[in-house]
Amino acid sequence: MRKVVLMGNPNVGKSVIFSRLTGANVISSNYPGTTVEFTQGRIRVGEEDLILVDAPGTYSLNATNRAEEIAVRMVEEADLIIQVIDATTLERNLLLTLELLEKNKPLVIALNMWDEARHTGIQIDLERLRAQLGVPIIPTVALTGEGIKELVEAVSHASPPERTVELSDEEKWVRIGAITGDVLTLTHRHHTVRERISDATIHPITGIPIGVLVLLASFAAVWAGGEAIRFFVLDPIFGVLQSVLGSLAGQLGPGLIRDLLIGRLFDGEIVWEESMGMLTTGLYVPFAIVLPYIVTFYTVLALLEDLGYLPRLATLADTLFHRLGMHGHAIIPCFLGLGCNVPGVLASRMLETKKQRLIAATLISVTTPCTAQTAMIFGVLGAQGLQYVVLVYATLIGVFLVLGLILKRVVPGESPELLLEIPPYRMPRGAVLFRKTLMRVRGFVLEAIPFLFAGILIVNLLYFSGLLAIIGMIFAPFFAGWLGLVPEATIALMMGFLRKDLAVGMLIPLGMAPLQLVIAVTVLTLNFPCVATFAVLLKELGPRDLAITLLIMVVTATLVGGAMRVILLGV
Amino acid sequence: MELPLVQLGEGERGVVTRVIGGVGMSYHLGALGIRGGKILTVVARHPFGGPVVIEIDGRAITIGRGIAARIWVEKK
Repeated sequence: MRKVVLMGNPNVGKSVIFSRLTGANVISSNYPGTTVEFTQGRIRVGEEDLILVDAPGTYSLNATNRAEEIAVRMVEEADLIIQVIDATTLERNLLLTLELLEKNKPLVIALNMWDEARHTGIQIDLERLRAQLGVPIIPTVALTGEGIKELVEAVSHASPPERTVELSDEEKWVRIGAITGDVLTLTHRHHTVRERISDATIHPITGIPIGVLVLLASFAAVWAGGEAIRFFVLDPIFGVLQSVLGSLAGQLGPGLIRDLLIGRLFDGEIVWEESMGMLTTGLYVPFAIVLPYIVTFYTVLALLEDLGYLPRLATLADTLFHRLGMHGHAIIPCFLGLGCNVPGVLASRMLETKKQRLIAATLISVTTPCTAQTAMIFGVLGAQGLQYVVLVYATLIGVFLVLGLILKRVVPGESPELLLEIPPYRMPRGAVLFRKTLMRVRGFVLEAIPFLFAGILIVNLLYFSGLLAIIGMIFAPFFAGWLGLVPEATIALMMGFLRKDLAVGMLIPLGMAPLQLVIAVTVLTLNFPCVATFAVLLKELGPRDLAITLLIMVVTATLVGGAMRVILLGV
Repeated sequence: MELPLVQLGEGERGVVTRVIGGVGMSYHLGALGIRGGKILTVVARHPFGGPVVIEIDGRAITIGRGIAARIWVEKK
């Protein structure tokens, strides 16, 4: 099957064009040998089925980070290229166009955001642009679907460009100047309200308070939305499930099968958080406690993303993140890490150097609790008092800052500075938001469930075989002595390697004091990552740097945990 | 008067004269529209060594201090 690659600068609406062209049958996969994710689908052009690949956004074929390198490799594999151009900033898209023309492959240009260009007083003479470039150019408005049919039509007739002259860098700039001079007419206009809002959110004096408010409002929305879903949707469902599973437990009778499926009964009743059966705790933790907040977190994230707020957040964060050996763009992987560490670590590849990626991946996996864990921390500690939750997060933020300051100084390599285009604010579209959120939530469900089941199975098998008691005894001196916890907490903390949310849940029946719980959940966050995060860290960093990261984790968790015991418990 | 971009105040305009740096750096800046002859306006300067935000071709771009020190402009 022939392959069509969709190329373009970041923020030109490439992904929306992609979903317009492909419809429903889309798969998301990793580029062979890397963790750079891309989406791939099929389009029908005339009588032929083609593979359509959505390449990572890039300004030129001169790659500056790992995602861009993949985009460049995809061009080499392509039979046909569609370049999506933002009509409102024609000039800075043309460098990529000239580079793609040199590849001597059929090229079709989608001149996207055509409506926005007209509204903002930018006139592009299409006929002259076609004559200048010698390839089909289709004006499109991806959000409404305008021009998509014509784009498919153009793809079916596309042939390699008529003339391809290799230009030097300097000649390319001259050529770009000549093209824009010939085809572009700008009408002078005043600052719009939207631009004034944009300036206010970029400027430090107004932008930082607004940024703090946006983040607080986001977390409040995630929390309130999650609570609402739990209360109105999931609690009723699990109410019904309780009686169904209760009667199943009665029919099964005591024995290994019931212990694995339903788990322990308390006064003949299922206790969702503590029974530890696959169908009880194994379903309750991911679906009733974690999923609601995952849904709301990804909805809020998609909203901020589509609105165009994230590059502004990166600008505001740059002053701080620069001191931690990264730059402002690193706030995006860190923010994603609050949803789930896996996409957070994966997103760290948007940073240019190995040093920056190592620092970002380490800080995310060491100090950033994912939504699953946060939901459980609030669930376990929130009832004891909000001050305990605050204590956990204040400690984690402190460790994030101190560790970043240290890593900046000890990790060898370069920390290049921020260079980031800020797109204008755009009104998010409901359908696009919904699809994006759905894909991410599906990713969570598919990934979390197998590990939760495996975790519960392993805990039960260890418990019944008596191994659990032995492991507990070996490590108990450390957990009881050094961290000031009860010996039984050992198993829970070690289970964190499988699922952190499950591990937090396992702390509930141990009857520890609130301050002991604070130490336990903090150490659980700082220590070994869950196995899914472990796998992507290995892939992204390689075995050597993973070993360094793990060492940092163990040392940090041990030092911070010990310090907390002295300060909080006074022993 | 020619001066590095970091020294241009908020709201001031300048014409890019040269970029001091390797070929890769100039090419990447050029792709974003920052190259000789282009007019830019400083939108914001973040304190404590933070970045400079400029507007060029009607689009804002955030630039770290170190890079902004290597972009020279003729103040208008």
